[in-house]
Formats: sequence, structure tokens, C-alpha cells
Amino acid sequence: MQTKDINENIEWAKINADVLRSMENPRIGYWIAVATCIAMVSCAVVAEIYQYQTGIGVANLSWPQMWGLYIATFVFWIGMSHSGTLLSAILHIVHADWRKPIYRFAEAMTTFSLMTAGLFPIIHLGRVWNMYWVLPYVSDRGIWPNFRSPLSWDAFAITTYLTSSALFLFIGMIPDLAICRDNARGWRQKLYTVLSLGWQGDDRQWRHFRKIYLLMACFLIPLAVSVHSIVSADFSMSIMPGWHVTTFPPYFVAGALYSGCAAIITLFIILRYFFRFEEYMTIPILEKICKLTFAIAMVWSYLNLVEFAATWYGHDQVAKELLLWKFNGPYAPFFWTMLFCGSVMPFALAFEKLRRHLPTMFVVSLLLNLGMWLERWMIVGPTLSLSYEPFAWDINWPSMVQWAIVFGSFGWFGLLFLVFVKVFPSVSMYEVKEMVFHRRRAHRPDFAVELHRRATDPQPGRSPQPGQNPSTEGA
Amino acid sequence: MRRYHIMGLFKDFEEAFAAIADIRNHKIPGVSVDDVTLKSPIEHPEVEEVLGDRGSPVPKFTLFGALFGATFGFLFLSSAQATFLVQPQGGKPVVPLPSNIVLTYELLILFGVLFTVVGFLISARMMTRRHPLYSEKVSLDQIGVMLEVDEKNLNPVKELFKQHKVLEIREEVAS
Repeated sequence: MQTKDINENIEWAKINADVLRSMENPRIGYWIAVATCIAMVSCAVVAEIYQYQTGIGVANLSWPQMWGLYIATFVFWIGMSHSGTLLSAILHIVHADWRKPIYRFAEAMTTFSLMTAGLFPIIHLGRVWNMYWVLPYVSDRGIWPNFRSPLSWDAFAITTYLTSSALFLFIGMIPDLAICRDNARGWRQKLYTVLSLGWQGDDRQWRHFRKIYLLMACFLIPLAVSVHSIVSADFSMSIMPGWHVTTFPPYFVAGALYSGCAAIITLFIILRYFFRFEEYMTIPILEKICKLTFAIAMVWSYLNLVEFAATWYGHDQVAKELLLWKFNGPYAPFFWTMLFCGSVMPFALAFEKLRRHLPTMFVVSLLLNLGMWLERWMIVGPTLSLSYEPFAWDINWPSMVQWAIVFGSFGWFGLLFLVFVKVFPSVSMYEVKEMVFHRRRAHRPDFAVELHRRATDPQPGRSPQPGQNPSTEGA
Repeated sequence: MRRYHIMGLFKDFEEAFAAIADIRNHKIPGVSVDDVTLKSPIEHPEVEEVLGDRGSPVPKFTLFGALFGATFGFLFLSSAQATFLVQPQGGKPVVPLPSNIVLTYELLILFGVLFTVVGFLISARMMTRRHPLYSEKVSLDQIGVMLEVDEKNLNPVKELFKQHKVLEIREEVAS
């Protein structure tokens, strides 16, 4: 049974070769996945054109059901984007080096999730030609963005998060892009030469690289929390029953991390198979992600209970009725499925045998994400159906147009992701080298001692820095 | 006297660091560790112990960016909101501080990140031509120790490299 995160004796040259090969020669399943994604996107494009020409009514969206699957799915994709930050930034700061072989695709997932999420407010507008209205720019043409509205905050928060995440992904990839540049030919070499920004691996470059990576990680963590808190504010700052809940911001953040981690498990297994990454995406690393997912699932379940309890013991009779209605109303099958997938299914992650069984984990991760997607729908749908005014009660089921666009978004995300992993290294080569190096070094403490001795030797050859005591320099 | 760039490629950090340690210990008169550039495929934690603390101004860029973002963000929002004077406010303030804090925070982070990136690009001297002595083996698995030396020190440096089992030596006349 494999117990180590990674084989410490793997050669650096082999790491380069394996990752570079993955960009050239994926399995046939990869191309089938690409074709499936293109088909899904095509369906969504057709549905969107139909909606564009006919009007938003064909999506079965009208008062009081104005939001439907579009906004539920928007929240889902925003949530999905948080796992990259979790895995990359938080685990980087706490020096959890098992993240190194897998954080790259998680960061890519963040960027592409945000790019997918950003489409939904635009699609949801109906009048797509006015999509620039969602940007709260200072207007001199009679448009008055309401900066007090969480919807305006969304635009700022998501733009900031997308920019920062994309930069974080790109900056972290520069040393690997230089490796690609050194090994590629033709158009790829031109692309990597431009993108690697002249990286040469100097100590100067590594020194500043370390700083920027740490600083960006420190920025991204509060940013990620703020982004999903702001998305939750879209709901919680209203007075709608079921939405006006103070636990919404942490509930949304926990849900975001949860769905992101579940998606990481799914993509981990897919990439491991498609690109033959068995040596890098190892079972012990998968186990660690599963444990993390389990812990977050328990937080999410707890916050669910808190929300139910707060509603039950509160004085908002309509909100209480809504809660009961979720339990046994027309949306009950979806609600109970959400609870089963979100709170019961994670217990599968608690068993070592199951955690080590890839097909089981693949199915479980899909079910977890189904649960998290249903959670978002169960936030949006029931509240709009059973609000304060009885004359506005209305059960609403999404039309085929909505379903097509929602499924198409999964195809869009999948397509972006699959293109990314074909063009860019989905395993961080330099960080895996570091990981292997440090693990190997851990068995040789004598080298560190020797190095320290050399470093603290008198150094007549080095000129002292201003204000520095030459006798302690370098210690 | 002509000056040369010389680079030795080593198979591991131990040999490369040993060579640098000899330079630190003034084995070659007139050559100091300040002249050394280490090229490596990974970020090695002990590099600074060997080369000395060389510092990084990137955090200053970050601080400046964050302060700029917060200031600019708040002023940007306030200036936009000030045009609302022509609209009825319903008793609410023209420039609402609580809700502006959220957006100011987002812009603080946005500009903090952007300035950090700019600071990195400038400090690390990115987007410049690769050095003629750059070796693709550095991005693979070898460690490069590069120096700029006078002609008279060229051979002693080569000898030093050879003592530490250098795999390959490259040199060129410095422009």
C-alpha cells in the first residue's frame, strides 16, 4: 500500500519529461471529453440564441421567479472557484507541500469557474446587448449605479477575484513556462517565450518570486472570503424569507470550499487517468484532499443546522413556513437529495478503504457536487416561490432553455479546462522538484548543518551591507 | 583588462554551494560572492545563507499599491456618488461609509496585487533578454554558478569550478 505522498527518488529530468509528455499525448478519453464538452456548449449557444431572439420568457423566468437556475448556477460556479485559493494559497502559507503536484489545476479551476460564473449575470439579463450595464462605472449618461447594492459589489469583487486569481495562476506558472520554452518547438515555443517573460532561474528571480507568491497568497485568502460573502449578501441583505440570515456569509464560504474540494477530487481522478499522472497525483494526496473535504462538509452541515434552528426559533413565521415547505413541499425531493448528498454522502470520505478506491471517490465527488448545486437552487427557488405575498406564490420549474444553458456551462468550463491542461503544464514541475528535493534532504540533516557552518564562516570575500555587522552577516 | 562572464554547471546544490563557499572565503583574490549569480531549477531555501541576504523591494510595492487602492477606491466611489446630489437621497447619506468600505476593500486588494506584480517584474528584471550563457540544463536539473570576472581571474575560477566537479563551463566576453 502506498503511504508516501510522492516517490522521493524520482529524477528531476523525469518530472520534466512526464509533464511535458502529458501536454502532447493524452489518452483517447481526453478527445472524447473535448467532443462532449463542445456538444454541450453548442446546445447552450443554440438555447442562448433562441432566448436572445425570443426573450427571457422562454427560459420560464417571469415575476416572481426572476432568478431561477441562472443565478443559482452563478453562485455554484463562484463557489467552485474557491478551492483553488484554498489549496494553493492557504496550504502554501501553512507549508503543506502535498499541495504541490495538484495546486496548478485547482488554480486553473478557479480562473475558469470565475469565467463561467461571469457569463450568468449577462445571460440572465435577457437583453444581452446591454450587458455593460452590469459594470458599475461612473456614468455621465444617466445610468446611476447603486454602490450600496450587493449586486454592484459583485461586479467589483468578481472582477478583482478574477484578475488576482488569473495573475496568481500565471505568476506561479512562469518557471514552468520557461521549462516549456526550453523544450518546445514551433508555435508553442513562441507562445512560451512570450509568456515566460525571460525567466532564467536566477537567484534574484527566485528571491522576488518567493515574495510575490507569498504576498499574493496573503491577499487572495481574504479576497476569496470577501467574494463569497458578497455573493451571499445578494441574498442576505434582502428581507426575503429564508435569505435574511446572518449565517449566510460563512455558510456560503463553507459551501464554496466544499464544492471546490469535491470538484478537485473529480478533476484529480480525471487528470490522473487522462495524463498518466499516477506518480504525481498519488493516492495519499487524494486521501488528504478527501479528509479536507470531509472536514469542510461537516462545517457546512453544521451551518445548515444553525440556519434551520435560527429560523425555527425565530419570530419570522413566513420563514418558518418556508422551511417546513422545503421539507415537504414540491421542492422536497430536491431538498432531501441536497441534504443526503451534502451531509450524508461525505461520510464515505471517512473510510480509508473508500478513500483509496478511485471509482468510488469519483462517483462520491460527483454526488457531493450535485448536492452543492442543489443547495444553490434550494436557496433561490423556494424563497421566490413562497414569499411574503400569497398572491405572488408560484411554483416554477426551469424550462429546457435554462437546463440547456446550465448544462452548457459545465461544457464550457470543461472545454476551457481541457484546453488549458493540453497547452499548459497541469502539474507544477518546479514545485514537484522542490517537494522531492526537500523530502530527500529530510533524510540528510548533515547537509543542512554543513551548509550552515559554511554560511557562518568568516567571509572576507563579501562586502558588508550598510548597517550590517560583518561578523554576523549571513548567519 | 577585459571582463568575462563565466558559468559553471553543477550536478547538485552541494557542489555549487561548495564552490560559492570557496568564493566567499576569498579563495580567489578580487572575486567576491557579490559577483555570483546562482541559477537553479528550484527555489532553494538555503540560497540566501550562501549568497547572503539580498533583500527584496516587492513588499514595498505591495504596501504602496494597497494604500493607493484604498485611497483611490474610496475617492473614485465618492466622486461617483457625489453626482447623485441631483437625485433624492431619501434621507440617506450621499457618500455611505459602511457600504463603501466593502468596495474600498476590494480595490485595496486589486491594486495591492497589481502593484505587487509590477514590483516583481521590475525587481526580478523580467522581460529582458536571456543571458547568452543561459543553459536549458538549468531548467532541467543542473545548478549554474555565474560570475563576472577580470581576465586574470578567469583561469582561477575555472580551476575552482573543476575542484568542485563542474560538469560544464561556459564563458563569454562581457560587453
